[in-house]
Amino acid sequence: MFQNYFKQYTSAATLAFFRLAFGLMMLLSLIRFASYGWIQKFYIAPQFHFTYYGFEWVKPIGIYTYLIFIICGIAALFVALGYQYKWAILSFFLSFTYIELMDKTTYLNHYYFITIISLVLCFLPANCYFSIDAYKNEKIRFQTIPRWTTDILKVLLAIVYIYAGLAKLNSDWIFEAMPLKIWLPDNTNIPGLNYLMDQNWVHYAFSWFGAIYDLGIVFLMLNKKTRNIGFFLIVVFHLLTRILFPIGVFPYVMIISSLIFFEPSLHKKMLTIIAKFFSTSLILFENGKQKVQRFTPIHRFQLGFLGFFMAFQLLFPFRYLCYPDELFWTEEGYRFSWRVMLMEKSGYAEFTVLDKNNNKSIRVDNSHFLTPFQEKQMAFQPDFILEYAHFLNEYYQKQGFVNPEVYVSSYVALNGRLSQKYIDPTINLAKEYESFKYKTWILPFNDTIKGL
Amino acid sequence: MKKIFFLFSLITLIVACSSTDGDTTTNDGYDRTILLTHWANNIIIPSYTNYQTKLQTLVADANTFTTTPTEANLLIVRGSWLEAYKAYQYVSPYSFGKAEDIYFKEKNNTYPTSATAINTNITTGTYDFGLISQFNKQGLPALDYVLNGLGETNAEIVAFYTGTNAAKYKKYLTDLVTILKTNNDTVLTDWNGNYKSLYIANNGNSVSSSVNITLNNFLEGFEKDIRAGKVGLPAGKFSTGTRPQDVEGYYKKDVSKILLNTAVKGAQDFFNGKNFNTNATGPGLKEYLDFLKVVRSGKNLSTTINSQFENIVTKNAELSDNFRNQITTDNTKMLTSYDALQLNVSYLKIDMMQALKITVYYVDSDGD
Repeated sequence: MFQNYFKQYTSAATLAFFRLAFGLMMLLSLIRFASYGWIQKFYIAPQFHFTYYGFEWVKPIGIYTYLIFIICGIAALFVALGYQYKWAILSFFLSFTYIELMDKTTYLNHYYFITIISLVLCFLPANCYFSIDAYKNEKIRFQTIPRWTTDILKVLLAIVYIYAGLAKLNSDWIFEAMPLKIWLPDNTNIPGLNYLMDQNWVHYAFSWFGAIYDLGIVFLMLNKKTRNIGFFLIVVFHLLTRILFPIGVFPYVMIISSLIFFEPSLHKKMLTIIAKFFSTSLILFENGKQKVQRFTPIHRFQLGFLGFFMAFQLLFPFRYLCYPDELFWTEEGYRFSWRVMLMEKSGYAEFTVLDKNNNKSIRVDNSHFLTPFQEKQMAFQPDFILEYAHFLNEYYQKQGFVNPEVYVSSYVALNGRLSQKYIDPTINLAKEYESFKYKTWILPFNDTIKGL
Repeated sequence: MKKIFFLFSLITLIVACSSTDGDTTTNDGYDRTILLTHWANNIIIPSYTNYQTKLQTLVADANTFTTTPTEANLLIVRGSWLEAYKAYQYVSPYSFGKAEDIYFKEKNNTYPTSATAINTNITTGTYDFGLISQFNKQGLPALDYVLNGLGETNAEIVAFYTGTNAAKYKKYLTDLVTILKTNNDTVLTDWNGNYKSLYIANNGNSVSSSVNITLNNFLEGFEKDIRAGKVGLPAGKFSTGTRPQDVEGYYKKDVSKILLNTAVKGAQDFFNGKNFNTNATGPGLKEYLDFLKVVRSGKNLSTTINSQFENIVTKNAELSDNFRNQITTDNTKMLTSYDALQLNVSYLKIDMMQALKITVYYVDSDGD
């Protein structure tokens, strides 16, 4: 059966369409990001950056950070054009991932999604149809390609939706309509909609519909009969989120990406329209050639790697089960798990640095070191608090403190619960270190959120 | 059917695109103009006016004392100093606009004051109170020193104003009260001039809107000036040992609690939108939270915050009027008060600000 699956083929138009759309969307997103001055604001202006465990070496490189964005933008354009595709997608994957790893303050699940997609695209023959590469080089021009090369993207999309849906099956979301109850009111000036968003039943309706939508949408898209209604729901759902929340370009990315579920005939139609615009046609690429799946050691290795990667994607979001206490409270295993829009969480953290031997002490003014956005994110995420404490430790050592001790007084409010003490104030954070182990200095949540 | 789908999608798309990225205006229906008008007319301006009245008395009584330096007159000017200090606690949270421009807060109440530097100022007779380096040589804490701290007894203190350097001490006292009044006049004149209408007109919810600025100053006042300044720092919350030398009203000794309680009362009154001059209440944070029906852990947030204010008052009642004594004899009571204040800092800063959706920054967030 396995061997049989790898002998099934599909039109190369689908993957080519996805490549083109993905490249263009990324280019536009990067231009938008730059035009808001966010490169300066998030990566150059801050004097301190929150890094990912194991990737502490990935940091902005001053003014040259712009260069990374330029490389990323050009790579995205080349991906869209299908020009020097292998190098382009590899450069895009590396530069985009580098950008995301520079500061976890800006972490978004969707950025992670893009990283994953671009990594997988490195292994796919997305340039053998409607690309400059295939236009120039007949050898790599194919009309059909192995079916798994487009299916794998569908699976990645399915994971995002279904895991996001599973994560919504918790008591806060289902029984309390949290955090939508906090978020939905007052977020729009559109009359009528504004009134609805204040209604309690609307909060529940949105929560329940959201969960069902996430869990079911992929199945609607897989079935030919329900695909149109599925796509309609996707458009409505994402545009609604776009109206209600400041979520940038992602609704559009998800809408366009979901077109991959349609039949190749649709993708061909769209590519034909684009081709016409450039006074050309698809005839050249409709050459009847099939890119046969081969099983040389290198191909086996590729397939093996992708298989392992997909298994990892399926398992990694469940790593939270290895940690005690409430996931939403400790956030140990929260990121990279498609947990989106599940928490309204905010906090307050006040640091004190002491040099007991020399009787020196300081109450830290966070705005000295962090941007308002960094401070906001830091205040409710334990790994941020720890990393910042170590930064303070080093900073005050340079200021003449000997063996500084760093303590934090912090309070956090989660999903409509009154704020409560978050980190043990008696723990010297300078002596605690980041690891995958449970952080014992996080105070207990004293409540339970049932569910996945 | 297909056409309807398309039409609907198109409309949604247009609506979606017309809401611009950088602008996250919320429209929660609460009338911010009425709120700001109430704050300006019934709380902020009356507080500054009251402080002005107290400062006028202080200037007059200081004048009487310098003209006739007797122990009786010293007691009178001390009395009016304390009244002014209490009145100041009510204006301190509103140090924005002109007040921010002229460093009103720093010039009024930077403590611990520097006794040695004040002595130098008195001896040389040359100083510019406008300089940042002079913040801890002027204001109400400097008056505390020259009225309460020059000697052990009242007679010893009066002796400075009758002795060989009397003229210099008199000049310093006069300069201290005069600059306080000048500074307050500047701020009050601005409020009574066109600042009030500007303040009320700025009724949006951006970072620079009046509601946002007022709230941030109020919170900073409660967190830094009341919780940390009056209790936390002297109680050694941010240091390796206690720091009784950092209490407010250090030389007068028995006023620290009075000043703390006045400031806490001022904060609670502001939260409840209580008029400065009467017991009537108007729009305010409590009403705003109730209007938005903010419930946290099954209770109205405004109720939680008000009961915590009461809790603070109860804990403070345990304290001696003299914080220097309290800290050296039983600091745990200070720490208990601090914890009570701290809890309301988190209710106000986390829970309230979250509920009022005071946005700090615009940036993309996760969606699905």
